[in-house]
Amino acid sequence: MIKLGILNVIWNYRGFILSSVKREFQTMYSNSLLGAAWTVLNPLAMIFIYTVIFSQLMRAKVEGIDSAFAYSIYLCAGILTWGFFSEIITRAQNVFLQHANLIKKISFPRICLPIVVVLNAGVNFTIIFSLFTVFLILSGNFPGWVFLAIFPLLLVQIIFSIALGIIIGILNVFFRDVGQFFNIFLQFWFWLTPIVYSGTVLPENIRSLLVFNPMAALIVAYQGILLRREWPQWETLLPLVLISVVLCAVGIRLFLKRAGEMVDEL
Amino acid sequence: MGTIRVTNLGKAYKQYPNRWSRLSEWLLPFRGSSHSLNWVLQDINFRVDPGEAVGIIGINGAGKSTLLKLITGTAQPTTGEAHIAGRVAAMLELGMGFHPDFTGRQNVFMAGQLLGLSVEEIAGLMLEIEAFAQIGEYIDQPVRVYSSGMQVRLAFSVATAVRPDILIVDEALAVGDAAFQRKCFRRIENFREKGTTLLFVTHDVETVKKLCAKALFLHRGRVEAFGPAKIVCDAYEKSLFGGNNVSQKLTEHKTEPAVDPSLMNSCELTYGDGRAVIETIWLESSEDRAANVFGSSDSIILKYRVRFIESVTGIAFAFMIKTKDGVALFGMDTAHVPEVQKRTFEAGSTVMARFELRNAFAPGTYYLNCGVRDDYGDPPVFLHRRVDAVLFRVRADEKTSVKSGLINTPANFVVEDV
Repeated sequence: MIKLGILNVIWNYRGFILSSVKREFQTMYSNSLLGAAWTVLNPLAMIFIYTVIFSQLMRAKVEGIDSAFAYSIYLCAGILTWGFFSEIITRAQNVFLQHANLIKKISFPRICLPIVVVLNAGVNFTIIFSLFTVFLILSGNFPGWVFLAIFPLLLVQIIFSIALGIIIGILNVFFRDVGQFFNIFLQFWFWLTPIVYSGTVLPENIRSLLVFNPMAALIVAYQGILLRREWPQWETLLPLVLISVVLCAVGIRLFLKRAGEMVDEL
Repeated sequence: MGTIRVTNLGKAYKQYPNRWSRLSEWLLPFRGSSHSLNWVLQDINFRVDPGEAVGIIGINGAGKSTLLKLITGTAQPTTGEAHIAGRVAAMLELGMGFHPDFTGRQNVFMAGQLLGLSVEEIAGLMLEIEAFAQIGEYIDQPVRVYSSGMQVRLAFSVATAVRPDILIVDEALAVGDAAFQRKCFRRIENFREKGTTLLFVTHDVETVKKLCAKALFLHRGRVEAFGPAKIVCDAYEKSLFGGNNVSQKLTEHKTEPAVDPSLMNSCELTYGDGRAVIETIWLESSEDRAANVFGSSDSIILKYRVRFIESVTGIAFAFMIKTKDGVALFGMDTAHVPEVQKRTFEAGSTVMARFELRNAFAPGTYYLNCGVRDDYGDPPVFLHRRVDAVLFRVRADEKTSVKSGLINTPANFVVEDV
């Protein structure tokens, strides 16, 4: 009932949500000469750095695959999707603080704000991931039908990240330490996930700990699809799905309970 | 449509003794609450019927803006509820949450959508909004380069682009210039005629009396008075100017209805180079009869006693009567009087200046400045000047012919068949 109400509200404010997304995208680049190219240049620079350092200098190899682009594809599979995840989280954790001006002066469903965050991050991700897909096709590395498995994975990932993002965002209004802490936490989380390195290089006892990192299974699944052309092992994603459901429930409860108090705190 | 019903409304902000106590309250709910409540509004009950206009008055911090926020739903009440029926257009504070990096036009679309309009509707209204706001080419510049006046212009234009069932206006309008304010009030009046309910927050009781049939006087978060605008406004003014230091001189001569003790001033400004001191200033309606309330065409006698600290020559006594907006209505001095100009006032001597004039002011409250000026100086300097030292009121009576404006002059009217 409550969830239906939220969906209804979102639908009624779809005009506001869509134009906010559009405007935010425009203003992000409105004062820059290269415009939306920066959306692409940023991750491209990162991919370049990691490729040079890990694949050329440190001679990191992806086991079993001997393609020229193997490491780059491996890296992109993890880093682009992780980038999508961390963009949603970092923006969601500040979204209420950032829009304090709006929240304090106009009465509108606050839930629209995180939706805008997801859509905005989604636009950026779509741009960069489409380019990556074009690269895969041109370089003859397109995985084929297996590619479709990415979409359900993305869906789970979005639900997970926004649920977590809303919780962090609300807590951050009351305890500003949460945002600071989470930025550090996210750094550790990144390096504790097999994105730039392969999980197989880890010692056995540490590798078994990866099951406690819900993002690890997801990233591994992306890498499997894009590099080895394997369908994901769906059962490894079960923990992530369960955690997402729980986080959603917690997030909605927290939101309903604290949304009113939040206005007083901003 | 257009009803506002407020029952037992109260708002309290949580105050925590320190930063950790909120955390412990969240994490350990069984330990009970550690916060204290700071009540900014309590036991608010009132009802506004469709088409009514209600002015909300009260000093800064009385809870006016909080009340509006609760009514519009921007903030959540702690107790009770505010129920509104109909489409609401609210202008709380400056700029209705405009985003500084977006252009005026983009903000219009965003604000319009938040008010429940569709993109097509806003596009259709855009020309009219631009015309009303009159900010010219700034409409396509980011809002961060706007002056506060421009923001208000644009905000008001958007908020009122479509006639709402309920219009809620905070003090924001005060930022606009006089011409724009006039335009806004014309639009508000127009809406009122078509049945819009109006809730209006201001410090200006004259506007409330003019625009609203009813008024709500908030004092320290409670309703002090709610009812006909005139009565409530008087109660507010009384509490505003009601100092305890009612002058001895006035109370001694207290005679109905010439002296109103509520007309005491707490905002006097004095300065001067110290060569003379204006000791007391008072008004009389006839000789030796202190007064501060005058009827139309009464005499107003202004007297003030000046003690000279140093000997001075070539001075002038002066006074000025102003409205509370600071509009100068009448001033005069003794620069043209030779016996004052040529006379030397000895150190230690005390004189009394007396001016008499016939009251020609419209009913209202007025402020009086008095000064002693040295005209040989260039520019002239004040030995002592007391600004807004005395307030007086002109009441309406049978000789009041003025309907609008600041002066009252005897007037007749006949209609003749030709």
